[in-house]
Amino acid sequence: MFSRAYRAAVTVPPLVWVTVFLLIPYLLMFCYSFWSVSMAQTIVHSWTLDNYRELLRVNVYWQTLFRSMWIAARVMLFSLLLGYPLAYYLSFHAAKRKDLLYQLVIIPLWVSYLVRAYAWKTILGSDGVLNTLLQYTHLSKHPLEFLLYSPFAVVLTLTHIYTPFTMLPIYASLEHIPRNLVEASHDLGGSPSQTFWRVIFPLSIPGVLAGATFAFVLSLGDFLAPLLLGGPSGIMISNIVVSLFGAAYNWPLGAAISLCMLVLVVGLLFISERLEKKWSFT
Amino acid sequence: MELHMSNDTNSSSGTRWLLVHTVAVFAFLYLPIAVLIVYSFNGEGVGGFPPHNLTFDWYRMLFADAAIWESVGNSVVVALSAVAIALAFGVLAALALDRAQFPGKALFRRLVLLPLILPGIITGLSLLMLFREADVKLSLLTIVLGHGTALISVATTEVFAGLQKLDRAQEEASLDLGASYWQTFWRVTIPNLQLPIIGAALLIFTLSMDEIAVSFFLIGRDNTLPLEIWGRLRRGITPEINAISTIIFVFSLVAIVIWYRLRVRTEGRPAIAELIEAAVQGD
Repeated sequence: MFSRAYRAAVTVPPLVWVTVFLLIPYLLMFCYSFWSVSMAQTIVHSWTLDNYRELLRVNVYWQTLFRSMWIAARVMLFSLLLGYPLAYYLSFHAAKRKDLLYQLVIIPLWVSYLVRAYAWKTILGSDGVLNTLLQYTHLSKHPLEFLLYSPFAVVLTLTHIYTPFTMLPIYASLEHIPRNLVEASHDLGGSPSQTFWRVIFPLSIPGVLAGATFAFVLSLGDFLAPLLLGGPSGIMISNIVVSLFGAAYNWPLGAAISLCMLVLVVGLLFISERLEKKWSFT
Repeated sequence: MELHMSNDTNSSSGTRWLLVHTVAVFAFLYLPIAVLIVYSFNGEGVGGFPPHNLTFDWYRMLFADAAIWESVGNSVVVALSAVAIALAFGVLAALALDRAQFPGKALFRRLVLLPLILPGIITGLSLLMLFREADVKLSLLTIVLGHGTALISVATTEVFAGLQKLDRAQEEASLDLGASYWQTFWRVTIPNLQLPIIGAALLIFTLSMDEIAVSFFLIGRDNTLPLEIWGRLRRGITPEINAISTIIFVFSLVAIVIWYRLRVRTEGRPAIAELIEAAVQGD
């Protein structure tokens, strides 16, 4: 029913925009990773594999990438451990309070990411809320210094930020489970734990995958929480990229690292999507 | 659904644990927000337990702080422009995905959704390289282009969901009765998509107001609010930040309530969950 002209009119503008502002920039990042910087600090537009050789040669890049993945893995795990039972409670036990509790999960999302990271800083600092509280109640004489400027602080803050994001898709998938399946399991003598592990949990796997992937990928690339709370031991891969694009002025090397991250992320999305298809019941 | 477990002694202790867990998670989620608000009134500054000398001084200082308000103004301009760009191209993209066949359609769909799931640094840097190669000076405009582009995904997802439920017979009738495509678009299609469009606009506005990872790389001379806050945080902690955050929090609460009401009226399904799933699963 829609004419050729109509279809062209709705297709061409977004196609052009997305090509110019998304596709070309990503391709440009790919190109940059094969360019280099001259002594005079200009970008040399000739092709070389030097940036990738450098990445393979210098251990710091790999160590930092693995540390970032380890931080992201912990954030993902803790977000699931906090978020799943919360989603389960809301979906199966909250009854009339469901809508209210759901909104209570959403609300922290609208407090600026930066401000929440900063709030944790004021809580964890050596003269911060937590340490002065411990001294006020005589639970500890000296401030606990390990709280702030550590990977712990980064994991805690990112977990705080990504728990609602992890919970939401899990909740959505739990809400989609036909309730008569759960009743059937009970009627046929399944214990609550059997019903959970054999009926409810497998059906919620698509939501778990979506939430886990989201938390992992976005914490992997974070550079603000480590700058604010991580200290030297909490540096993540994106911090290296930021410094390469800033003071260190080596855009091509920074682009090469970003591209590795991009490939890693797209690979994870691909795997997550495959698994999701495998577990989806519709 | 609560009833089916009620005569099982095992599960009632399980349910109690679940309740304790839920309360604990909410406490964890709200602790920093509570600290933020309480210490915005603390005369002694940030940190230090218990808070004492309650005062409005930080708010007074905040209202006299021209740099903050200028950055708030910049952020509002950026967010409104981002809403305009993301809606214009997002609505068209949703129509294209719903009604047209073209080569690379699957790739296009994925590409649009990518900025939602990619760490902001990748989108920010790739645009930075584009602007450098094209010799575009960094300014609020480059931030607008960044936000607008990254948030097309939100508009597309919301409007596409709306289109799936739209009854095409209305548009068909309009065309049969002699209206042009242009008239049909403005008088039938858009009014039918009113709620998803308003919902998307609110979401894009709030996301843009809070965005920092992309803006971080595209900033020129003028700061947006998050970047202004970031600059101050690097220099040291000040309760003025608590005060402005508290004010923004109150504003966001109002926006969420409006947005949530809209969602409930249309379908009552969590939009953010949809977005996350769409971003991760590429459809």
